[in-house]
Amino acid sequence: MAAAEGLWGTLTAPLIRQNPVTLQILGICSALAVTTSLDTALTMATALTVVIVCAAGVISLIRAHIPAAIRLIVQIIVVASMVIVVDQFLQAFFFELSQRLSVFVSLIATNCIVLGRTESFARANPPLRSMVDALGSGLGYGLVLVVIGATRELFGAGRLLGIQLLPLAEEGGWFTPLGLMLLAPSAFFLLGGLVWAMRSLWPEQVEDTEFSPHEIASQD
Amino acid sequence: MGDLGALFLRAVFVENMPLTYFLGLCTFLALSRRTGTAFGLGLAVIFVMGLTVPLNQMIYGAVLAPGAWAWAGMPEVDLSYLALLTFIGTVAASVQLIEMLLERFLPAVQASFGAFLPLLTVHCAILGGNLFMVERSYDLAQAAVYGIGSGTGFAIAVVMLGAIRTRLAYADLPGGLRGLGIAFVLSGMMSLGFSAFAQMAAQ
Repeated sequence: MAAAEGLWGTLTAPLIRQNPVTLQILGICSALAVTTSLDTALTMATALTVVIVCAAGVISLIRAHIPAAIRLIVQIIVVASMVIVVDQFLQAFFFELSQRLSVFVSLIATNCIVLGRTESFARANPPLRSMVDALGSGLGYGLVLVVIGATRELFGAGRLLGIQLLPLAEEGGWFTPLGLMLLAPSAFFLLGGLVWAMRSLWPEQVEDTEFSPHEIASQD
Repeated sequence: MGDLGALFLRAVFVENMPLTYFLGLCTFLALSRRTGTAFGLGLAVIFVMGLTVPLNQMIYGAVLAPGAWAWAGMPEVDLSYLALLTFIGTVAASVQLIEMLLERFLPAVQASFGAFLPLLTVHCAILGGNLFMVERSYDLAQAAVYGIGSGTGFAIAVVMLGAIRTRLAYADLPGGLRGLGIAFVLSGMMSLGFSAFAQMAAQ
């Protein structure tokens, strides 16, 4: 039973309390760019989860054979190969979506979450455990993406997944879309607010004051 | 020439890497606590992007682009799906090479931004710049200008954020907003400012 609980803990810890995006500042590069609508956010979250789970599994399987000196290169190559497979798959079956995601699917290759999990966890743990850990991180990332994507699409266009939920004012309804929600700044504001909310709920995540004014004065 | 100048300004301001495309945010937020660090990082990004984007443009054009092997009697060969792996390899190799050269010949420069070079191997802005170069099919001159331009854009943004965050020492922030939270809000405001450039370009 203890082993099962351990796996469950490994899976759920990164979802909220140890969330890779809000706590560890990992992988935000893509987290913001693809969240103008819910469907791109969902696609991106799925793509990342698939890549991270497969990469963690592969690296965990060959972990005994990777020389320490070139481990980063091996990991990057494994991850990049997975990303190419996912990218080609999207282009073949979901062409329109992959056009909208532009280069951001390829950029999963440099996503710090993927490399962070393979480097810190999969390298030292058996395949099943590594894959569960990777799945947890992927889902935690996906959760943030979906929350921000849903907010931006709902308030920016009054839609969710392309279905009009709030009747637009120009079509006789009452809702005036907030254009800002579809622009870049709103993603920063929303993520900032999300971080604030989570740190208010779990005060142990609060960062210390970065440095005191006195320290800066003496530095100059 | 006018086109290249416009491309440069466009890459610096309108298509600012961290503030409009959200690329390179990991280092953008993590290393902007002080202006000095931010400045070193900015220089390193300009240097690596200015080098790798034209380099990758040549490699892509000569080896990977669809039809690049026509001279060898294989016009149907299309290796463009290997672009991602190749670019990561080129960036990693250039970073390593720059680091070794700096250490040997310019130790003073190495001291100012050498510490950030290894980080740039997996830097989203650099890889993103390379991929945008392919997506928009720039030629060699355009690629060089675009690489230096978007590197400069990153440097300007990160130094500005660093300067603002140093000032934050005097602000009394609520606990949950300290550190990462306020950095996001600040980036949002800067991004708001930079979207004004997009409006100017549209007119």
